[in-house]
Amino acid sequence: MKVGLFIPCYVDQFYPKVGIATLQLLEKFGCQVSYPSKQTCCGQPMANSGYEHLTHDCNRLFINNFAEYDYIVSPSGSCVLHIKEHLHAPESETQNEGKATHIRKRIYELTEFLTDILKVENLEARFPFRVGLHQSCHGQRGLHLSQMSELVATPFSKPEQLLNMVKDVELVKLSRKDECCGFGGTFCVAEEAVSSRMGIDRIDDHVKNGTQVLTGGDMSCLMHLEGVIRRRKLPIKVMHIAEILTATE
Amino acid sequence: MTINHATAAEKFNKDFDRTTWHDETLWWVRQKRDRAAFSIPEWEKLRDTASQIKHNVLSNLDTYLVEFEKNAQKNGITVHWAADAHEHNEIILSILKKQGVTQIVKSKSMLTEECHLNPYLAENGVEVVDTDLGERIVQLADEPPSHIVLPCIHWKKEEIGVLFHKHLGTPEGCADPTLLTHAARENLREKFLTRRVAITGVNFAVAETGEFVVCTNEGNADMGAHLADVHIACMGIEKIIPQRVHLGVFLRLLARSATGQPITTYSSHFAKPRAGQEMHIVLVDNGRTTQLGREEFRNSLKCIRCGACMNTCPVYRRSGGHSYHNAVAGPIGSILAPNLDMTKNADLPFASTLCGSCSNVCPVKINIHEQLYEWRQVLTKSGHSPTAKTLGMKAMAAVLSNPSVYRLSGKMGRLALANVPFVVNNSLNPWYKQREMPEPPKESFGEWYKKNRG
Ligand code: SF4
Repeated sequence: MKVGLFIPCYVDQFYPKVGIATLQLLEKFGCQVSYPSKQTCCGQPMANSGYEHLTHDCNRLFINNFAEYDYIVSPSGSCVLHIKEHLHAPESETQNEGKATHIRKRIYELTEFLTDILKVENLEARFPFRVGLHQSCHGQRGLHLSQMSELVATPFSKPEQLLNMVKDVELVKLSRKDECCGFGGTFCVAEEAVSSRMGIDRIDDHVKNGTQVLTGGDMSCLMHLEGVIRRRKLPIKVMHIAEILTATE
Repeated sequence: MTINHATAAEKFNKDFDRTTWHDETLWWVRQKRDRAAFSIPEWEKLRDTASQIKHNVLSNLDTYLVEFEKNAQKNGITVHWAADAHEHNEIILSILKKQGVTQIVKSKSMLTEECHLNPYLAENGVEVVDTDLGERIVQLADEPPSHIVLPCIHWKKEEIGVLFHKHLGTPEGCADPTLLTHAARENLREKFLTRRVAITGVNFAVAETGEFVVCTNEGNADMGAHLADVHIACMGIEKIIPQRVHLGVFLRLLARSATGQPITTYSSHFAKPRAGQEMHIVLVDNGRTTQLGREEFRNSLKCIRCGACMNTCPVYRRSGGHSYHNAVAGPIGSILAPNLDMTKNADLPFASTLCGSCSNVCPVKINIHEQLYEWRQVLTKSGHSPTAKTLGMKAMAAVLSNPSVYRLSGKMGRLALANVPFVVNNSLNPWYKQREMPEPPKESFGEWYKKNRG
């Protein structure tokens, strides 16, 4: 199957190793993966700030880059959710709406692609650490990668299911298992005080419960949390879930 | 001038320990709600049903209101219609004038907060005593409520002790909740016995029967209404439900969502005035029909004011109700307020991370976080966004729309860190106040891919 790899702009620029781990994972399970070199961003930073009307060019670019693939996979729940909910052909190019629909239906966040499409059951990875999972809101409440604590419904978690396949991982139990980290796109600077405080509280929960490595499916949340960790000089390492799923320590 | 949410929130966060306390107090309420909800296996079905009933109400609001009016009148209730807050206040004042009354008691009405009734009546020489304990506390402190269900949740009991010592003469240093409540009760008793007019809010008004239901825990609304010669109930027009049986859905949801109780201590049905009593009901629009006409925001009118979205909101818990500068705070306040005044409330839809927790605790399933997103679009398009932000966003869109410009600015940006989309247009980058930025790698993923797989 032909998979188009979508690496969000900030991952491309700041966390190339996350892109590499994602690529390796997909290849390991037999996907024929390409990375369209002309990709930039899903448009979410503008849209969530109230400027969805400025995202037409990003949308056009996205459609051109990814329409030909069977699946589009990305190591970011937030960007995937944005595409799923908001990708449309620009008004003057309605002939491309079919392509946009194809992309909206065929775009997957990495962990759900592994569990639901590739039906991965064995990872042959090893990571002997206490791992704290941050459930990013867009992945969890938006894409339903895990059951949220608000709903009276059966619990499940796709990222945890995968982490449990990694040998010697010990998953940390948190006091608040799915509270938002406070990143929130431009919120992180527009509402700096609350955003930072939310980040501090999340990290506190991990410190109290003995997390050695903090992981998650969204590098944006992790970038914010890592910022707090490093400022406070705490002994917690931050890694994207793709890096743990490919670890052989 | 109103202080915007971010500024007020920054001030709130200056006191780190108090913020912790506020967050934990409300989180405790959220956990109580969880326990109550999880004790009911059909909880999600109940939410669905409630949402559907409200859907029907909003689609047929005109007929239900007229039906309610007719039945209420049949029961001997006088029905008034108020187009806006000002009309509402005038109607109340005219009833008081007719009675020759200058002192009244009031309980449990966020609508009168929305309409700023207290200051209006004060200007017109009427003294209002709020009898709900929490409302009484904020009234003595000369503050608006900070929460629609827990009006003084931002007050610690020691502080209430000081307040009561000053106003009610409780012993200095007394912070015992039982003693303080007792003091408030004694002080209020005299008011209940002497005030001839009582105002209450309305939780549900039943079209089929013309009755209305007031849900409280303290019974002060009942005390006021039963002792007074005149009972005035004020309600937003969206409070209508079609039939009595529907209460079976809403009463199960309301208290569980609000405080985690199975039901409020009192769910009082007021159907008709007792002999010799006058009963009035004021039906208030105040922007509700405008909101009804805004399709993407219509569902916000389903709200039953349980406060669950506030208790779960990580931003509300860490910024306090007053930072929302609106009678209704929190997530629901942020989608209701711009309807009333876009200029004044343009900041509120941005006071959220769009985490979506609110929409999923909401007992009537309002898509709150999606409406926050939609309000952002509406506010921006209608020119309620700062020029600097617009310029920054345009610049960002230009970079992200052009792959080669993006690659180039990425190269420079990784060093300068100026082009991270999230920190665009902030010359004094607030990110650094309490966080580090990631260390820039030597090559981007795109560059690595070209070398290794290209
Ligand atoms: S929006 Fe929903 S959760 Fe919030 S107060 Fe209204 S009914 Fe309750």
